[in-house]
Amino acid sequence: MTRLTLALRQRPSQRLDLSPLVPHLLAGKSAREIERIELQTTRRRVAVGEVFRLRMGDAEQICIEGSCERLDYVGREMTGGELLVDGDVGIQAGRLLSGGRLAIRGNAGPWAASGMKSGLLQILGAAGDRLGGPLPGEMSGMRGGIVVVRGDAGERAGDRMRRGTIIIEGHGGPYPGSRMIAGTLIVLRSAGALPGFLLKRGTIVLGGGCDALSPTFVDCGVHQLLANRYMAAMIEPYSRPAAKLMRRPLRRLAGDMAVLGKGEIFVENTTEA
Amino acid sequence: MPALTIKGVQIDDTFAEAFGMRATALIITADTARWARQAAVTMTGMATSVIGCGCEAGIDRELNSRQTPDGRPGIRVLLFAVSTAELQKQVQTRVGQCVLTSPGSACYSGLEGEESLRLGDGLRYFGDGWQISKRVGPKHFWRIPVMDGEFVCEASAGLTKKAVGGGNLIIIGRTAQTTRAAAEAAAAAIAKVPDVIAPFPGGIVRSGSKVGSKYKGVPASTNDAYCPTLRGVVKTALEADAAAVLEIVIDGLTSDAVASAMRAGIAALVKLGPKRGAMRISAGNYGGKLGPHHYHLRRLLP
Repeated sequence: MTRLTLALRQRPSQRLDLSPLVPHLLAGKSAREIERIELQTTRRRVAVGEVFRLRMGDAEQICIEGSCERLDYVGREMTGGELLVDGDVGIQAGRLLSGGRLAIRGNAGPWAASGMKSGLLQILGAAGDRLGGPLPGEMSGMRGGIVVVRGDAGERAGDRMRRGTIIIEGHGGPYPGSRMIAGTLIVLRSAGALPGFLLKRGTIVLGGGCDALSPTFVDCGVHQLLANRYMAAMIEPYSRPAAKLMRRPLRRLAGDMAVLGKGEIFVENTTEA
Repeated sequence: MPALTIKGVQIDDTFAEAFGMRATALIITADTARWARQAAVTMTGMATSVIGCGCEAGIDRELNSRQTPDGRPGIRVLLFAVSTAELQKQVQTRVGQCVLTSPGSACYSGLEGEESLRLGDGLRYFGDGWQISKRVGPKHFWRIPVMDGEFVCEASAGLTKKAVGGGNLIIIGRTAQTTRAAAEAAAAAIAKVPDVIAPFPGGIVRSGSKVGSKYKGVPASTNDAYCPTLRGVVKTALEADAAAVLEIVIDGLTSDAVASAMRAGIAALVKLGPKRGAMRISAGNYGGKLGPHHYHLRRLLP
């Protein structure tokens, strides 16, 4: 299968909306039709052919070469196939993703994986603030799928997350897993202050501790839970270090008792988080 | 009925008549193989016949730690029932009473079926509000807090409607000892066939039944034609020198699995020979009008 490639000619003069460039929307389209797709976010019209050099192939696998942070909404509402991005992306990459794989070989802006429903989002660099989080006015953030960030993540990763798994292999910003409703958030290195702020349900795993833990989390002791081992087996294909962390004995802190209190934070086996 | 003889063992030209069933497979794991087996043995107890037990269940095979979802030793069990509703009830009751209660146990679906049964989705209420739902990719499981930690249970289990129940072999011998030895050999061979169980004790049943009874309301009664002590007083199916009869009933997830199991059983009986084992092999049927699956012995010869 030859993949469809879009090579950025030069850094665009305005931010672009790349949401039309997903496999299910490009399937069956000719090169001419694809080049005419409009991507502008201002009043000045910009078509695909003006900013990208198109090499036709099977739209089931799309590659964006030379990407930069001015490309927003990459992979938005994608339902299947593969979208590979070589470079950075702007805001809301993988927003409402419901299937397939979106792989970003660079950094992602804020609200990556926002409202994601299913599928896989891989970010090889860092992720911006509110990874998987809801947009203003929305009741829940990520609702399913798996997000893997090889670098660091900004503040409030997993905000209002309802289902799914987020793995951050680097550092986490402040308030990771804030207002989480359910799901699993794993931060391998240290996280910022107040993880699980107003956590209702869900699991946060902190491999490197955090700057400050809310006193509204209560110690439930050190456990090597089968559920974590089972989770480890399931996430191993996506992140071996995360799987390794989940297999260790971890201290369980239940909370946030300021709200429902049926969530949990796992930290390394020390008396202090 | 005409018969053929292989290595001195007479094989009747007849067939086993079997029925379509609903079935599921579960994987039970524990910290040790001993406790995985204990949970499996307990949950498949008193599950020999749908007539009196609601379901037929048994151990399919042992699984090593590389073959189970959580990397611990495990056992795959199969459960068969006549309806989806009854199977659901049996799964819920047996896992709830026998697996949930067993130290260190966990329970997962062991079958990708066309439909699904509630597994952890029903048992989660034992958690009294402290149960935790987890979903990773297509997998959904429940964590239910219990006194030794947590009971991990997959949310649902696969269901197949292509299962077959009632494959059988009737083993006739000259003494009780040789008949039992023959049945043991056949049961051991059948136990190695995947996707089947022989639900009776040790895989063997000595009280084969016929449909109906002289007594009102009794659905099944002793198969008098195969009772050696009644040879002179009923229309018998036994020759003069037959001293004992044992039966092996086989349930399988597919018709092919049942046929493979019967073939393995016949091969073991023939290998043992008539002196140390069975003098004759037959099969039970109802004339071919009740069950859609017919397993002719002559097509299953070794």
